Amino acid sequence: MAVLTIRDALNQALREELIRDENVFIMGEEVAEYDGAYKVTRGLWKEFGDKRVVDTPITELGFAAVGVGAAMAGLRPVIEFMTWNFSVLAADQIINHAAAMHYMSGGQFKVPIVFRGPNGSAYQVSSQHSHALEAMYANFPGLKVVMPSTAADAKGLLKSAIRDDNPVLFMEQERMYGLKSDVPEDEDFLIPLGVADVKREGTDCTIVARSMTVPLAIQAAEKAQEEFGVSVEVIDPRTIKPLDIDTIVNSVKKTNRLVVAEESHAFASVGAEISHTVMEHAFDYLDAPVKRISTAETPIPYAKNLEAAALPDVAKILAAVKEVCYL
Amino acid sequence: MAEKFLMPKLSPTMEEGQIARWVKNEGDSFEANESLAEVDTDKATMEMTALGGGTLLKILKGEGETAALGEPIAIIGKAGEDISGLLSEIGSNGEAAAAASTGGAATAAKAAPEPKAETRAVASVPLAKPRSATPSPQSDSGRMIVSPIAARMAADNGIDLRSLAGSGPNGRIIKRDIEEALESKTQRPETKVQKPFTPSTIVGASPYRDENASKMRQIIASRLVESIGPIPTFYLTVEIEMDNTLATRKQINANLDDDAKISVNDIIVKAAAMSLMKHEWVNASYQDKTVRFYEQADIGVAVAIDEGLITPVVRGANLKGIAEISAEIKDLAGKAKAKKLQPEEYTGATFSISNLGMMGIKEFTAIINPPEGAIIAVGGANPTPVVRDGEIVVRSIMNVTMSCDHRVIDGATGAKFLQTFKQMLESPAMMLL
Repeated sequence: MAVLTIRDALNQALREELIRDENVFIMGEEVAEYDGAYKVTRGLWKEFGDKRVVDTPITELGFAAVGVGAAMAGLRPVIEFMTWNFSVLAADQIINHAAAMHYMSGGQFKVPIVFRGPNGSAYQVSSQHSHALEAMYANFPGLKVVMPSTAADAKGLLKSAIRDDNPVLFMEQERMYGLKSDVPEDEDFLIPLGVADVKREGTDCTIVARSMTVPLAIQAAEKAQEEFGVSVEVIDPRTIKPLDIDTIVNSVKKTNRLVVAEESHAFASVGAEISHTVMEHAFDYLDAPVKRISTAETPIPYAKNLEAAALPDVAKILAAVKEVCYL
Repeated sequence: MAEKFLMPKLSPTMEEGQIARWVKNEGDSFEANESLAEVDTDKATMEMTALGGGTLLKILKGEGETAALGEPIAIIGKAGEDISGLLSEIGSNGEAAAAASTGGAATAAKAAPEPKAETRAVASVPLAKPRSATPSPQSDSGRMIVSPIAARMAADNGIDLRSLAGSGPNGRIIKRDIEEALESKTQRPETKVQKPFTPSTIVGASPYRDENASKMRQIIASRLVESIGPIPTFYLTVEIEMDNTLATRKQINANLDDDAKISVNDIIVKAAAMSLMKHEWVNASYQDKTVRFYEQADIGVAVAIDEGLITPVVRGANLKGIAEISAEIKDLAGKAKAKKLQPEEYTGATFSISNLGMMGIKEFTAIINPPEGAIIAVGGANPTPVVRDGEIVVRSIMNVTMSCDHRVIDGATGAKFLQTFKQMLESPAMMLL
């Protein structure tokens, strides 16, 4: 075990996979000589050279398309979007090509590609650079969507994503790159896609959180225990699609109350999906309507106070826990 | 197209209905199955629901007003439709209808046309199960709000949700309320939550077989009807010594909670039901040229209510224990007083009992509720000096008079039934057989 930041855990996963499989290569803006905009690819260009770590022009649609073609030809590209905000320029390649190719070719082509980068808000980067896009992409059959919240999960899930034969959208969070936790050093440390993790056990209320809201939910859970004696379970699905609904439903059957905390807008969000599915599978176990904490229905403001007001925080999640527990 | 909304038949014996309350106002739109109004029928307050959607354009019969079956009570259609033609048509018919209704209920019912195809059909829904399309917390609909897990826990633990006050928003009963109820239940076992009455396995009306009436029976029937009226009734009175029954009741009740204690009448119902099983001609009904023999004793028990009298039915009383009969009668009488009895709960008895003993009546005769064959009128059990073994002793004597429909029951048949009945009550252990 080593204590690593999420940034370094991702770097370790990439390095190990570059060593393990010569078909793996990295491509994106500033990933090589500059070591990556957020230094996730630090040192990799120096170690593996121009053929394995490739700088591109600012041409998201173009390099995403090159990646899809390379994957169809048998390579395993890891495409970095400097942030997921820019992926919308490449949405045609992701949605119409990467996602559909295996189906439309009658199984002749696999597209073993990973698109990765930070998703969601950062520090005052305003409306065009703060999108949380997981619900949009998770809506398309053929795409897997992964969102780690710890360094260990980041490493184990990224390695599984690279080894997966399907297009995987790997969404990190800029605010979380510096978070540290124990990470196994085993080169074959893999976390399977589609398996949720119970980050904190509890008996009275379940919070389903992902990415940035996981540490917020854990703080809210600790406060709920201290202030009201309410025992909160925090579940991190880790993979948004496929979603491990069983772990969530089993938890709700135990606690009877559910809060979903997410850093995306509420409308047609992953939280809406979870809420519906829990209603479908655990209706008779609910003691209160499912409560969601999502980002406010507004383009993300630049002003620091307004940005904070729009995003989920510990106080909002705690208030939701109180509400579903009728406190 | 706008159309008349006619007073529907909401109970099997209803001939007219009184508007208790309009749930919708003029101009309100409604969906299929939504309640339009509550209507007092002869037996209960029923919810009148729409089968199709539309708008309530005009109310013709206001709250408190009465309409015969098939009489227009409202106009429904699409919002903004011209209804002047319909209104003038109803205006001219209305007088005729009013004139007809003065001729008595029977005439009014005849004059009232059957609901025509053009009229949107309505379904009657008993108010005990209110269904409102958009339950709103503000509306005092009496709808109980319960979280799913609370409902489940209540069902699992036999907790009557009606006995709980919800602590959630809008009075929602939540898990915490059930947990508290369970806690108080375990702490104070003597204050047990009253379990809702669960009907026994026999829920339907008695099965029966029809046998052709013999020629003799037919002649007896027609001759007697000619002589005395459609139901030729005769009366048989028997004196029953009730001391053993009273003692038995005392023993039973000593071991029962207050709310579960049985009454003398409960035992009488059981005794009558058991006796009927031994005398099939008394548990029978004269139909036109056939005699209908019932296979179980569905006992009608007359209950006085403010507006008159109703006879809820204990189905299959011959198969039920006295405790179950007692609980069922309590439940039915409560519903009767609240006017919540459903038609199937007060129709189709095979035999009836009217008991005025508790009101100080010594002896009386009751009138047969057709098509039943008989009814017994039960007086009070009073201490009376009687001769036993040559000595004068005091016994509790109860007089029972049976009114018999002579078309099925002859004097000897009725007398034999009463002998058995008397035997059951004088030796209550017989009922164990």
